[in-house]
Amino acid sequence: MTASHMPLLANPAVQRIAAPLLVGAVLLGIWQILCVALDVPVYLVPSPADIGRTLVADGPLLLGSLWVTLKITLLSFLLAVVLGVLAAFVFVQSRVIEASLFPYAILLQVTPVVAIAPLIIIWVSNTTLALVVCATLVAIFPVISNTVLGLRSVNPGLLNLFKLNRASRWQTLLRLRIPSALPFFFGGLRIASGLALIGAVVAEFVAGTGGTGAGLAYQILQAGFQMNIPRLFAALVLISLTGVLLFSVMAALARLSLGHWHDSEQG
Amino acid sequence: MNAVLDAAAMVQSNPHNPVHGVPVLLANGVEKTYGNGTHALQRLKLEIGRGEFVSLLGPSGCGKSTLLKMFAGLEQPSAGHVRWWGKGQINHSAAEQKLAMVFQEATLMPWAKVADNVRLPLDLAGVPRAQSQRRVDDALQLVGLGQFGHVYPRELSGGMQMRASIARALATEPNLLLMDEPFGALDEFTRNRLDSDLRQLWAARDLTVVFVTHSIYEAVYLSSRVVVMGARPGRVIADVAINGPQQRDEAYRTSAEFIQQCAQLSALLAEANAEGGH
Repeated sequence: MTASHMPLLANPAVQRIAAPLLVGAVLLGIWQILCVALDVPVYLVPSPADIGRTLVADGPLLLGSLWVTLKITLLSFLLAVVLGVLAAFVFVQSRVIEASLFPYAILLQVTPVVAIAPLIIIWVSNTTLALVVCATLVAIFPVISNTVLGLRSVNPGLLNLFKLNRASRWQTLLRLRIPSALPFFFGGLRIASGLALIGAVVAEFVAGTGGTGAGLAYQILQAGFQMNIPRLFAALVLISLTGVLLFSVMAALARLSLGHWHDSEQG
Repeated sequence: MNAVLDAAAMVQSNPHNPVHGVPVLLANGVEKTYGNGTHALQRLKLEIGRGEFVSLLGPSGCGKSTLLKMFAGLEQPSAGHVRWWGKGQINHSAAEQKLAMVFQEATLMPWAKVADNVRLPLDLAGVPRAQSQRRVDDALQLVGLGQFGHVYPRELSGGMQMRASIARALATEPNLLLMDEPFGALDEFTRNRLDSDLRQLWAARDLTVVFVTHSIYEAVYLSSRVVVMGARPGRVIADVAINGPQQRDEAYRTSAEFIQQCAQLSALLAEANAEGGH
């Protein structure tokens, strides 16, 4: 049976996209019906329709904030990837280096960003930069640990083959270690992209910046103070959508570069 | 380069009689003791001449893979020495002293197409692309994968992956081929076919093969000589010449000669295992 003759819902591609959309629509529908039927006041739980209206009405304001948050997220994600990969390459040079430095990488990971954000905001006078530093701290660890794991996860047989053919250190890195590490690296990217967004939002909560440089976290805080609950929800929706979008981009990137050979990207 | 495929010419220039002169491989008084006290090899002496097909046959733990790794230069003996063409180390610049190894698994890079996998040793050695491409094509043709250069290893069956692995070794045009239980994970039918192809390949070239296996039938079918090894500590128990015909086919597997040789090796192995059990 070819794809065109299949019932629409039996098509895996349709299932992957349509099924979650359908679930979302049903949940939103129930939410809307409950809000209307129980006459829930808008300052407790706004209905999806209320949130939608707010999204449109506050669009310019919220989109401006989204851009601020997105900028910090992307900058810190980029920084986390570059620094994380560099750190990973340093770590795999020798067991001694890894043993002496890795505990501090873990220290970075286990220290809550909320706890160190005030310090960083004091030390770094530029607010945007301070937020980027905070979000980078949150996002960098999975990049380091996954890339290290990947660079070490080389098939020993292939390593013997390279040795037997007297491959240089550089050839082994380029042709064996880096390709072997890619699946792990992309796994790290997926986690790091989400963490960069969380880091950007959390750091802004702590920093509490206002004015023109206000991100979505600031809008949520302000909306809370003003009991403008629909706007709070609207900002939340934008943050969630950004997270989903980032995740999808990372997944697509992994599929694009691994799809032709790695098991994780099959089917 | 075309000589790769020109089997007839090669047979004439290389009658497979053990050539007297410098042995291709020589292990003398070789010992291997691991840090945990395991005695993998004990005072092992073995000489392998040009053009021989030697199988190292023995139970697991007899050090046959360790010995092969030493022959490949991947492991150092704790005592004694290994000689390659009479020298204390492999001379990588000598064209007629090339060594290649085929591992237990196909060991292909999953991210590279079959042809790129086969080309790898040539790339690492800096062979120009125009030249390496022809050698890769020839090698793939030789193992029957001429149509599969542009697919990824995951799209091949286990037997075909092993063929690609052999093609990778052949592309370097080796004089010495070390094979570590290459067909151990394959089904019997595929294994028999690959054995027969390997035997033909060897007969057509100036090639010395050292083949590790724990299958008596495989050893007898392939080899001109079988070295039986015993375990704990690993040592040579018997060195048996296989006097089968030069041309071997499926009929050889059921011949009286074949069965008699297998029985002889089986008895030797049983003896070795009984000793090892103490």
